[in-house]
Amino acid sequence: MSKTIWALIEIEDGRAARSSLEVLSKAAHLGRAEAIVLGSAAAEVAATLGEFGAAKVYVHADPVYDNYLTLPAVDTVSALLTQHQPDLLLLATTFDLRDIAARLNARNNMGLITDATDLHFDGNTLLVTVPWGDENVVTATHPQQGTGIVLTRPKAFSVEHFAGGTAEIETLNVSLNAASQQIKILERVELPSEGPALEDANVIVSGGRGLGKAENFRLVEELATALGGAAGATRAIVDAGWLPYSYQIGQTGKTVKPALYIACGISGAIQHLSGMKGSNYIVAINKDEHAPIFSVADLGVIGDALTILPQLTQEVKHRKAQ
Amino acid sequence: MKIYVCVKQIPDPNTVVSKLDPDTKRLVRSGVSLVLDPGDESTISAAIKLRDTLGKSEVIAVSMGPSSAQEAMRRALAMGVDSAILVTDPALAGSDALSTARVLAAVLKKESPDLVFCSTESTDGYTGMVPGAIAEYLGLPQLTFAREITVESTKAIIKRVTMTGYQTVECPLPAVVTIASGSFEAIYPTMKGIMGAKKKPFTQLALADLGIDPSLVGAAGARERVLAIGTAEARAAGQVIKDDGTSAQAIADFLQRYQLL
Repeated sequence: MSKTIWALIEIEDGRAARSSLEVLSKAAHLGRAEAIVLGSAAAEVAATLGEFGAAKVYVHADPVYDNYLTLPAVDTVSALLTQHQPDLLLLATTFDLRDIAARLNARNNMGLITDATDLHFDGNTLLVTVPWGDENVVTATHPQQGTGIVLTRPKAFSVEHFAGGTAEIETLNVSLNAASQQIKILERVELPSEGPALEDANVIVSGGRGLGKAENFRLVEELATALGGAAGATRAIVDAGWLPYSYQIGQTGKTVKPALYIACGISGAIQHLSGMKGSNYIVAINKDEHAPIFSVADLGVIGDALTILPQLTQEVKHRKAQ
Repeated sequence: MKIYVCVKQIPDPNTVVSKLDPDTKRLVRSGVSLVLDPGDESTISAAIKLRDTLGKSEVIAVSMGPSSAQEAMRRALAMGVDSAILVTDPALAGSDALSTARVLAAVLKKESPDLVFCSTESTDGYTGMVPGAIAEYLGLPQLTFAREITVESTKAIIKRVTMTGYQTVECPLPAVVTIASGSFEAIYPTMKGIMGAKKKPFTQLALADLGIDPSLVGAAGARERVLAIGTAEARAAGQVIKDDGTSAQAIADFLQRYQLL
């Protein structure tokens, strides 16, 4: 029997987020894909989703979802889940969707698998692929009855166009609970990053804790510029406030697959490796010879990134000029 | 104000290559060095900093784990946490994120916290699904991915990390707050702190103390099941050299050899 898979669509700048469209495309391959769109731009976004594989879209165009985080969306999706009981709820791993998933899981006692890179149904059993570290791949499932949740890794699936596809639109008539309007967004601040976008860069030079302090990140940027690439960072230094989140590469950041990845002062925690392991060539510079990053590097240099980076930038400039 | 911090003991992410046991299908925890999650050290430090700013406040660490987790709780106490609660019970082995949240929430429910701090995600499982579930079980709002927090009488305001910058977000107290790891420099325990930790209140609880049915938690209650553990396609091991002052040339040679320059 055909499965019904729901995708909660995130709105970004008035459009469906790319990560949500990836998930919707995957849902359409697994069975009947139905989307939920919430927020002031929901009606406009919903109208575009048939082309990305949605057979049906549930829409609630209310600005409350834009101004208050998590709880209004949890209330609405939860009520819909109870009413329709789809086979699966599929979500991209983003900040807001993770928060919503965690509460939906608890409220409805659902079962939730994170960081999936693939999934399919084998008869009635859902099989979910989750990479674990450098060595293992886990196959997991929801053994219980009822709807399960799967959060997928960014870029695990590609966005597909279903030419001429149209979706049935169901406008929801929901009265939002005032008690759920507690987590209020007061301000949104954008911190622009420079250079080519990480996702599109052919060369990425990235830095981690081993750089010592925020000021030293400029050495990474200088090498990236010399190579015509982009600069990236680990979760540790983004969290430490050295750089905005847009620089973060890893399981909870961006997944990148450049031709060349140079890791500077990065130990290579699983969190980071999972976001860059697909690079064609990996060069690592680290003081600690036992750093896990060396296990994935094509060329590893045991040494101080702070000394080697300026020399390498000079050498690159010199050879490029020849 | 009572600030609770949920913490976890994990295999040391800086020295242990995380592995799964093909038989138990769980994380290998025996024979490896176990530490207080470094992300939690940062979160504890955030709570201590807030306690000291607010005054007349206390920080209580809460954890669920095997008895070895006592070690991690002692470290939390040595860092400056005022007291600690550890839930340990054989029936909890194999708990999923939801069961973990259920147990921690049961502890917190008895304590009437003003704030519950958690790390955004643990540094071993990375699911990030426990804090939101705790908030749901307690019926509290959640502020997530905080890199800064201030508390004004009846509300908390955070700077919440986003893909492109940050949001300023507020919610009323009590609330669950997740701290983006590394946002607060971890406090290093002093000798005085280590000695003092031994005299601080440390409570150990079992499931029966919380009135939780053992069949709802642990492996028995897990809502997810690992069916198989396979081997990932390994990258061929590369060359590793020691810097002798010429590695910039060696790297440039490598780039030229593979036409990357």
